[in-house]
Amino acid sequence: MENWYWMTLVVLIGLTVRWTVSLNPYSGAGKPPMFGDYEAQRHWQEITFNLPVKDWYFNSSDNNLQYWGLDYPPLTAYHSLLCAYVAEFINPDWVALHTSRGYESQAHKLFMRTTVLVADLFIYIPAVLLYCYSLKEISPKRKMAVALCILLYPGLILIDYGHFQYNSVSLGFALWGVLGVSYDWDLLGSLAFCLALNYKQMELYHSLPFFCFLLGKCFKKGLKGKGFVLLMKIACTVLASFLLCWLPFFTEREHALQVLRRLFPVDRGLFEDKVANIWCSVNVFLKIKEILPRHIQLAISFCLTFLSLLPACIKLTLQPSSKGFRFTLVSCALSFFLFSFQVHEKSILLVSLPVCLVLNEIPFMSTWFLLVSTFSMLPLLLKDELLMPSVVTVMAFLVVCVTSFPLCESTSEEQLQLTPFAVSVRRRLPGFTFLPRIIQYLFLSSVITMVLLTILSVTLNPPQKLPDLFSVLVCSVSCINFIFFLVYFNIVIVWDSKNGRNRKKIK
Amino acid sequence: MAAFTLAASGDHWFSALALGVTLLKCLLIPTYHSTDFEVHRNWLAITHSLPISQWYYEATSEWTLDYPPFFAWFEYALSHIAKYFDQEMLNIHNLNYFSSRTLLFQRFSVILTDALFFYAVHECCKCIDGKKTSKELTEKPKFILSVLLLWNFGLLIVDHIHFQYNGFLSGLMLLSIARLFQKRHMEGAFLFAVLLHFKHIYLYVAPAYGIYLLRSYCFTASKPDGTVRWDSFSFVRVISLGLIVFLVSALSLGPFIALNQMPQVFSRLFPFKRGLCHAYWAPNFWALYNALDKALSVIGLELKFLDPNQIPRASMTSGLVQQFQHTVLPSVSPLATLICTLIAILPSVFCLWFKPQGPRGFLRCLVLCALSSFMFGWHVHEKAILLAILPMSILSVEKAGDATIFLILTTTGHYSLFPLLFTAPVSLL
Repeated sequence: MENWYWMTLVVLIGLTVRWTVSLNPYSGAGKPPMFGDYEAQRHWQEITFNLPVKDWYFNSSDNNLQYWGLDYPPLTAYHSLLCAYVAEFINPDWVALHTSRGYESQAHKLFMRTTVLVADLFIYIPAVLLYCYSLKEISPKRKMAVALCILLYPGLILIDYGHFQYNSVSLGFALWGVLGVSYDWDLLGSLAFCLALNYKQMELYHSLPFFCFLLGKCFKKGLKGKGFVLLMKIACTVLASFLLCWLPFFTEREHALQVLRRLFPVDRGLFEDKVANIWCSVNVFLKIKEILPRHIQLAISFCLTFLSLLPACIKLTLQPSSKGFRFTLVSCALSFFLFSFQVHEKSILLVSLPVCLVLNEIPFMSTWFLLVSTFSMLPLLLKDELLMPSVVTVMAFLVVCVTSFPLCESTSEEQLQLTPFAVSVRRRLPGFTFLPRIIQYLFLSSVITMVLLTILSVTLNPPQKLPDLFSVLVCSVSCINFIFFLVYFNIVIVWDSKNGRNRKKIK
Repeated sequence: MAAFTLAASGDHWFSALALGVTLLKCLLIPTYHSTDFEVHRNWLAITHSLPISQWYYEATSEWTLDYPPFFAWFEYALSHIAKYFDQEMLNIHNLNYFSSRTLLFQRFSVILTDALFFYAVHECCKCIDGKKTSKELTEKPKFILSVLLLWNFGLLIVDHIHFQYNGFLSGLMLLSIARLFQKRHMEGAFLFAVLLHFKHIYLYVAPAYGIYLLRSYCFTASKPDGTVRWDSFSFVRVISLGLIVFLVSALSLGPFIALNQMPQVFSRLFPFKRGLCHAYWAPNFWALYNALDKALSVIGLELKFLDPNQIPRASMTSGLVQQFQHTVLPSVSPLATLICTLIAILPSVFCLWFKPQGPRGFLRCLVLCALSSFMFGWHVHEKAILLAILPMSILSVEKAGDATIFLILTTTGHYSLFPLLFTAPVSLL
């Protein structure tokens, strides 16, 4: 069969799964007065359509920031404005100022779901297909299999098409950025990443690897000659793109500051709700939020984040490579997720995207990670009544991964990219040959725990004294898994050497 | 399906296809469901709460029991599981009752009974000879047939969105066809007899079965030129076939004969009062006939050939189910449709008798019977096109010519099912 037949089939399967998930309820469906993320997006369309730009981020009688005030960068606002024009054309009631608050109808739901699908179709899906198409040294069938696995990743589908968000836009732009930068189209890549950053500020999780990789490239080309030119060009591109996006907000200093205040709400504390990171898990035993003052919390979180991502970033700057870049994206994003300030559980998607990109190199660990990442959002999915689509999409994803990659046999040291590390350890402990065995046991125990917790959360009611018991358990288990992955990815990055890559080719 | 081609050994692909389509069916659970959902809920209630003597008389709801007794027993069996999901759905007075547990139970009952369909497809694949054994999994006839049958979109639309139980009924039909291919004629006949008592729409293809079994099974040998050898008639076989049909029918209709309810059962099963065409027109000959009649009546009114006072009130296009008269062309009676259908199937049945070509000839005749009945039958539902599409799939993977016809048939057939998808989100799907 021709390649483009496969591609069409893969895209159709991806779209069918997305659309069927979108038939389910969205976040905050039928729950006044605040509703949920769906209402937030609708409200932003209302605000951006009816109010002038200078009022979008400010509190006013027409724009009550307490009711879903804009807290994403300007590109989200422009996107909402675009959607609002279409909405107004179809039915002005959907974006009428004040009166459309809490508007819910089948037609409106169809419209909103369609906007997500359109954004996905134009930005994210082409990026995924192009990425898989340009993978080297694998057969066309395997490329399509990788594409199918990435498109069927449950986490993104459930959050974008179930809960309701537009992550596919920012992740899609980030992926275009990765593509551009990996294939030496540095300016286009930088532009794409800046667009991603201006869509959601959480993309800052990915910014350090981009910075280090590009810097490393410039160093390699020599800072006195071409490297310097490249550096300047990239800097200009970044500045220009930021300027373009923020132009309406640079008229007054107070404007820009207010936007920044909305984007980075440092007043809101170390974490909100239950999230699978260190702070929430530690908080179970030691109430950090209450013990330490705000600025100390900020400082500790800052230090720990940067300490954990430093080794990988330094290595990337000194030895820039496409593979190293993708692995560093994973480890950086994971460090930010685990240690940073005001992390939401949906931010795990920022880690999942780079993991999807290394699916081909370490299928076993990537599939495991992607399953844990979906599991970590279980409390949120249960709240949105998305249990059935979650279970089905996770099973579909697992079936597709197991049939595409021989997962059960991919746990050798070679395939886990741990050979250099194992060799180093064996210099001190000659008997260290049981690494694959350990990994398999860990995987089994992880999966069994996740399945058990899912069943318990669904069937049992938590005891009255501990109403958040299951959410906390889910978060803690996920956190432990994530710490393991952080260690694993850092080991792979730090121990990776050119020799290791050559050995793989000879085999 | 690229992923599936990388599966390690041969037979995993069938399980992967089956699992994949089952997961898709689970995702379709929250889609729009039609009045058929309420129909089946009502039948669960009737069979659970009332004694057998009331089943075909009960009329609290407009959706009265109009399938043969075996289906009623099937609903009865389901109702015993249903009571653990939601007791309220079994109350006959709860018209249009709906709850998420009811939906879950009903949808899962369709998904799980499709297991029979999967088994039947597996058996059909065994009957296809893979002469062109290519290394490419996607070019093997068995794989293609499995995909065509397991992922048949018409079936998915009708069963898992609109809501019906055609999956397991088609499974019974495909299984009986497979048995005939495997020369296990008695089993094939038995399965078909059972199927008839589940849903009598399969009467459309009964002539094919009857003639084939008579010609190729009861006459054990033929002359070299293909015509029948009268002296090879086997009484044993005829009697055993007759016995099977009789026993199955006795099991099904026995209780109702004992209760003297046969006329009532018949009037329920064959509701001729429902009119020539269904509320949504099936794309058959009578639809064209009606359209022509309507066009002629409009022209006639314009040109003053017809008196407006003489035109009957009832209109075919009003979407109602009722009997009425045609205005210009002669009205059509059930007998007329029967005669037209019989004339249409005559050529294929003659071929089956005079020039038997084994099971494949039978299958061809079956498809033609199904299509003729669809074209000329009384009160045909558009869903009946599935009766022709599914067996045609088997023929299409063997010959190129059949494949072309199949492509046209499935495209138009599935397109004609689109009016069943009522709401906008589902249509986009």
